[in-house]
Amino acid sequence: MCVHSIETFGAHDGPGIRCVVFLQGCKLKCLYCHNPDTIAMEGGRPYTTDELFEIIIKSKPYFGKNGGVTISGGEPLLQAKALIPLFKKLKTEGIHTTLDTNGRILNHFAMELMDKYTDLVMLDIKHMTEEGYEYITGQKNNKTTFAFSDYREKSGKPMWLRYVLIPGLTDKPELLKSLGEKFKTYKAIQKLEIQPYHKLGVHKWEALGWDYQLKDARENSEEELRKAQNILKPYFNAVTIN
Amino acid sequence: MEVKQFINGSWTKTINVRDFVFKNITPYYGTSTFLEGPTERTKTLWNTCKKAMAEERANSGVRKLDTETISTIDAFGPGYIDRKNEVIVGLQTDELLKRAMKPFGGFKVVEKALSEHGLKPSEKLTELFSKYVKTHNDGVFDAYNSEIKKYRSLGILTGLPDNYARGRIIGDYRRLALYGLDFLINQKKNDLEFVSGPMTDEVIRLREEVSEQIKALKAMKRLGAKYNLDLSRPAENAREAVQWTYMAYLAAVKEQDGAAMSLGNVSTFLDIFIENDLQEGLITEAEAQEYIDQFVIKLRMVRHLRMKAYDEIFAGDPTWVTEAIGGMFSDGRTKVTKTSYRFLNTLYNLGPSPEPNMTVLWSEDLPENFKKFCAKVAIDTSSLQFENDRLMLESRGSDDYGIACCVSHQDLGKSIQFFGARTNLAKTLLLAINGGRCELTGEQIFEGVPEDKDEYLDFDKVMTNFKIAMQEIARVYSDTMNIIHYMHDKYYYEKAQMALIDTNPSINIAYGIAGLSIVADSLSAIKYAKVKPIRNEEGLTVGFDIEGEFPKYGNDDDRVDTLAAKAVADFNYELKQFPVYKNAEPTLSVLTITSNVAYGKKTGATPDGRAKGIPFAPGANPMHGRDEMGAIASLNSVAKINYEDAQDGISNTFSVVPKSLGPDNDTRVENLVSILDGYFSNNAQHVNINVLDKETLMDAMEHPEDYPQLTIRVSGYAVNFVRLTREQQLEVISRSFHESM
Repeated sequence: MCVHSIETFGAHDGPGIRCVVFLQGCKLKCLYCHNPDTIAMEGGRPYTTDELFEIIIKSKPYFGKNGGVTISGGEPLLQAKALIPLFKKLKTEGIHTTLDTNGRILNHFAMELMDKYTDLVMLDIKHMTEEGYEYITGQKNNKTTFAFSDYREKSGKPMWLRYVLIPGLTDKPELLKSLGEKFKTYKAIQKLEIQPYHKLGVHKWEALGWDYQLKDARENSEEELRKAQNILKPYFNAVTIN
Repeated sequence: MEVKQFINGSWTKTINVRDFVFKNITPYYGTSTFLEGPTERTKTLWNTCKKAMAEERANSGVRKLDTETISTIDAFGPGYIDRKNEVIVGLQTDELLKRAMKPFGGFKVVEKALSEHGLKPSEKLTELFSKYVKTHNDGVFDAYNSEIKKYRSLGILTGLPDNYARGRIIGDYRRLALYGLDFLINQKKNDLEFVSGPMTDEVIRLREEVSEQIKALKAMKRLGAKYNLDLSRPAENAREAVQWTYMAYLAAVKEQDGAAMSLGNVSTFLDIFIENDLQEGLITEAEAQEYIDQFVIKLRMVRHLRMKAYDEIFAGDPTWVTEAIGGMFSDGRTKVTKTSYRFLNTLYNLGPSPEPNMTVLWSEDLPENFKKFCAKVAIDTSSLQFENDRLMLESRGSDDYGIACCVSHQDLGKSIQFFGARTNLAKTLLLAINGGRCELTGEQIFEGVPEDKDEYLDFDKVMTNFKIAMQEIARVYSDTMNIIHYMHDKYYYEKAQMALIDTNPSINIAYGIAGLSIVADSLSAIKYAKVKPIRNEEGLTVGFDIEGEFPKYGNDDDRVDTLAAKAVADFNYELKQFPVYKNAEPTLSVLTITSNVAYGKKTGATPDGRAKGIPFAPGANPMHGRDEMGAIASLNSVAKINYEDAQDGISNTFSVVPKSLGPDNDTRVENLVSILDGYFSNNAQHVNINVLDKETLMDAMEHPEDYPQLTIRVSGYAVNFVRLTREQQLEVISRSFHESM
């Protein structure tokens, strides 16, 4: 597996304390990406399944009742095939496994990984419209996200939705309502996490020599976050601000 | 003696406080909802104290000084803060925040401290101490040889208790409340009978010491009388139990100004009296909290006279009134009581504070509600440290212990410690690389290490020379300690504290090291990268070129973490090779207090890439910014240092920004509990928890007046952030604040 970095203390990437493995490579280039250095398909450091397992297992005493491992990125499902033996091994140790994905990949490796070995899928909903999706990610076809969520729903296994709230771009009430309408009947969705928009990753864009296009966007006010939360609440079991 | 309201046992016949607590404790498993806020009296009293502390800060850290009186147990008349609102009475002097002279540690230090505030000791005292009275400091320098003096002046050994009181000894202050002075005096008299011939040095010395202790107990009786308290008898109710315990502690801090004057483990003991009075309907919860709040106010007002140079090693005017809270009995019952909560609650009722230095004895088996409450208090106040109760219970075999100074286990009433400051292990490594010469001055410190002229440092050769250097340092360090403690006993014996301890206690001699992470990373660089020393014309290293990558301590990487653990084990082994005064058992700590800044200044560039003069990381912490795998990996690296090799304690300071701990308060509490459970299950020994934003600290640096109570944990203790020097504040801010988002 090609790994960008490992953060042994993640408290915002799934339930409890997470050992977060950021894989290298993503086919999207979201305007607000706070880990733009994980986008390139080249780079990163290769790890074997055993090497990663040995690192993750050392965090096990800290996982408590809720914690575990989260594979993030980059896009983890680009390396779904390699993740299968890792997750399989982690499950034999009783470790809770989470995937943090954009939901564009649904090949048979991804399906096997999710169906058999993934306790929680955190699916990133970029935008509810095709135009918005393309504007944010640089890629067409928002429907793949919905096909992905439908697949997880059918498997009946837990899923969280994550939604980055960008003032003026994704926080319009009608967008939030359509998000709620789309998913309100899904039983697999335990909660929706609102991800406040922040600019902590901007310096990484600059370091890469890339132009950060959301320069003019502002971070959310507390009030905006609460407002969005209130709009979304009726549709989901839980709506939290991460 | 028979006591009707309590379950009797061996404690009624001989001194055995542990047996009393063991038989009479009411463990508490509930939540914090029973707690009460401060009473009006407490609020009024605390406001008076806050004003006095503001005056103290405004007047270069000292409110008042006494230049006439030698402070002894009963030298001063009674002192009050505000008599009508004081439920627990007693001050060190006759006035709030007035500092007193305790010149038996060293008269020059007293003179220096006074002169820094434009004062002098009275002429009478000056004459007495310049002509007739010998001090600990005088004695030590009579016995030091030139080798020791050289080690001292070059900063290889610093912060030694050779011109200030050694502290670290914890009197079992509970004894006064449980037994009263008459019983304690009789016990000591009996002991004295049995300390008999042949009259060797040891026997004579012990007889003299016990006789001194009896005098101290009698002085405590006079001290009590000044406050109209009859301390000859045991405490008869909760308020008296608190008052009596405080009087015993007060006697100690009137007589001694040891660096650390720990309180012990009184909260659970006091709970038995409080619970009894509550059950009988004699007091309310508000009154119970009032006793503890007011007791804690008194502990917060303890002050010693210090000279400014002292601040380099112990910054922020600490007193280390360390109180151990919680933990488990060996039979699996918890020692957590409602009074454990009441002590922690003072951090809300009175606001955060570095003192008393509250230390939670953590075990995975602690009641879940208590764990959560402790985590909440740590998050809210950054005033708590945590120690591994299970580990210490298993390793040290005692479940009735206090924490001496910062992190050290001490079996209460049964054992004591000889405090040994610390040596500079990073500099020791440089001596090994420089043929035994000081890298800054070129002075030959010791012989026996060959000059290293290789273009690149060779790991095996460095390790061989490092071992020789360790042996030499350990030898001189041990000699120094023996002299210091011999003289301290002779000239500044802790008779008040020792009177509350068994007559022939076991003793640990507590050595220490600074610069562990520098040593680990340097050895790692030499082993895994290529390190080329840059030498000046005298052949001394002035820098190092590092070619290639190397694993760094703090990333849970065994390749380097084992080097750290081995350095500790090796030095501990070397320290055990020498005869020790009073047959004390050597132990080692990885703990710096704030000396990591001072030690860094006196240490040249090191092979890990650290430049000359840069501060070390505190305690056993990884070097700032080198832990790249996140907080858990960093904690795991520290946890690999074996407690058996460092039984005096392994200090780690964990700083995290609130948001990184979790998105909301409940999650943060849960996550901190998980961190503590995980860390200690890996056999780590100690951790300070700071939950703070760097911005808060930066703002406090610029506007200290807005943050009078901002507390931050440093290596093994807590300080008011605004009382640190700017240099120390910057060092604290430069440390790793874990912030993953």
